[in-house]
Amino acid sequence: MTNRIPNRKAICDVLLESAETDKDIVVLCSDSRGSASLADFAAAYPKQFVETGIAEQDLVSIAAGLAHCGKKAFAASPACFLSTRSYEQCKVDVAYSNTNVKLIGISGGISYGALGMSHHSAQDIAAMSAVPNMRVYLPSDRFQTRKLIEALLQDEKPAYIRVGRNPVEDIYQEENCPFEMDRATVLREGKDAVLIACGEMVRPSCEAAVLLEEDGIQVAVLDMYCVKPIDREAVIRAASSAKIVVTVEEHAPFGGLGAMVSQIVASACPRRVVNIALPDAPVITGNSQEVFDHYGMNAAGIAKTVKDVLMDE
Amino acid sequence: MEVLVDFKAGNCEKGVYIFIMNIKELGRLAYDLRKDVVDMIIAGNGGHIGGDMSVMEILVTLYFCQMNISPENEKDPNRDLFVMSKGHSVEAYYAVLAKKGFMDIEEVKKEFSQFGSMYIGHPNNKLPGIEMNSGSLGHGLPVCVGMALASKMDKRENRVYTVMGDGELAEGSVWEAVMAGHQYRLDNLCAVVDRNRLQISGNTEEIMGHDDLHERFRSFGWHVVDVADGNSIAQLNAAFDEARQIKGCPTVLIANTVKGKGSAVMENRAAWHHHVPAPEEYEQIIKDFAERKGALAV
Repeated sequence: MTNRIPNRKAICDVLLESAETDKDIVVLCSDSRGSASLADFAAAYPKQFVETGIAEQDLVSIAAGLAHCGKKAFAASPACFLSTRSYEQCKVDVAYSNTNVKLIGISGGISYGALGMSHHSAQDIAAMSAVPNMRVYLPSDRFQTRKLIEALLQDEKPAYIRVGRNPVEDIYQEENCPFEMDRATVLREGKDAVLIACGEMVRPSCEAAVLLEEDGIQVAVLDMYCVKPIDREAVIRAASSAKIVVTVEEHAPFGGLGAMVSQIVASACPRRVVNIALPDAPVITGNSQEVFDHYGMNAAGIAKTVKDVLMDE
Repeated sequence: MEVLVDFKAGNCEKGVYIFIMNIKELGRLAYDLRKDVVDMIIAGNGGHIGGDMSVMEILVTLYFCQMNISPENEKDPNRDLFVMSKGHSVEAYYAVLAKKGFMDIEEVKKEFSQFGSMYIGHPNNKLPGIEMNSGSLGHGLPVCVGMALASKMDKRENRVYTVMGDGELAEGSVWEAVMAGHQYRLDNLCAVVDRNRLQISGNTEEIMGHDDLHERFRSFGWHVVDVADGNSIAQLNAAFDEARQIKGCPTVLIANTVKGKGSAVMENRAAWHHHVPAPEEYEQIIKDFAERKGALAV
């Protein structure tokens, strides 16, 4: 591992830089400033920081009240709690009332590893995507995370952003991180299959494409960091020129990226879609990588699934 | 529209507003607005009539005596802010907002709960005068904590108000906000509990009691004002005035109201939490309103 900077730190860096001149930025934490990498922000801008204690419902409602009065509220809390304990506050006070609250779900997916299902958030994409007026973003590396937060600072609409706990290998470079808001980034082109992934699954999908290329299989890779609003055109474009579509996400098998891609492909350009996701069960105990390896959510596993599906065609 | 209260623009500073009001006139107005509510509920074939009746004087006092808010300053960041936490009493809220000039009462009566209407059965902030959507209980106070914090951050002198039902206090999120209000010393925040002692299933004390409500709020560091008659505009107004003077902590008014206030047909009856009056009930209710209003005559 070469990169030691987690995506959550990239969020803090952007907020630290922006808060120097933008006094409307307010960061809220629920005793989560350390795990959110926001302790530096709290120390640098105490007047723009609100601690709510371990009270996630309050965290989101207070953020909504601040936003209603012109603040740019960033409410950061572990994704497992933010997307379930305060789900209704996200729905009513943020999405329905249309307040400028950016919900930062930290340590998302199975980042907390051995801490168990209470700390996993394999349902957050499904839950948040189902709420009208809520956008859902899962950036793949620290450079894309930076671009995303910079873009989100420019709008006044609700959004849920999920990042993992651990540093992930870079996909982009600081000076070369193509980013267009709400548009998937095409990482590779290929005519045999298309891999559509989000968050931490983008990197192993890219690696799988390299492995497959060695076997003469051309695979396109899409970084669908914008799960909602999903880049429908990119899905149709990529799927139309490939034999099969494989989605990869650190999420339950229902209601996530795979479901959305399947809906689009089925209605616009029917062909086989296979979803790689976590099981509909508490995941096996282990750190993220061990869990991904176990369920075939690594480069070798993704490559094998693509091969198997292509052989079956 | 008849002007009952005249905020003297330009004299509003440091949270002290000069206004002309006649408390008896406002008491009478509350009965006219009650009739608007009943008409609305009949036209829309549904509504939370009992809580509308209990909360009416609280809203009238806030909108006509206390808050610096009108259609003219609706976007002014220095306006006072109100969140209707007990959002199901939206009919009373609409009636007061209409009287205040935010909406047309005839339009509300015509469209309330009708297909495609903006006037839905809970507050909707796409409508003028409504700050936040509500309807799910236990949201208003935490949102108001955020609003009051924003005012403190920006050094604004405005005040933030919310009204909760007493049954609503069983929601845990209320107490998260009670803690935060004290933690941040939000003396610009004033909550009101519409203490009508009934909720949909019956007596609040039998469902999830809080007869020691005053002690509960005090123990969380809040200033507590008991309003013996929460349907008395004079008493409510004095309580809100007291809240303005309290520094260093938020204030809660425990307003002892009567559910279904205004007519013996509805008063203190849990079954009237959500009920559409039958024609004979309507007749009696309107007669009772007129009588009560008459009793308030100068």
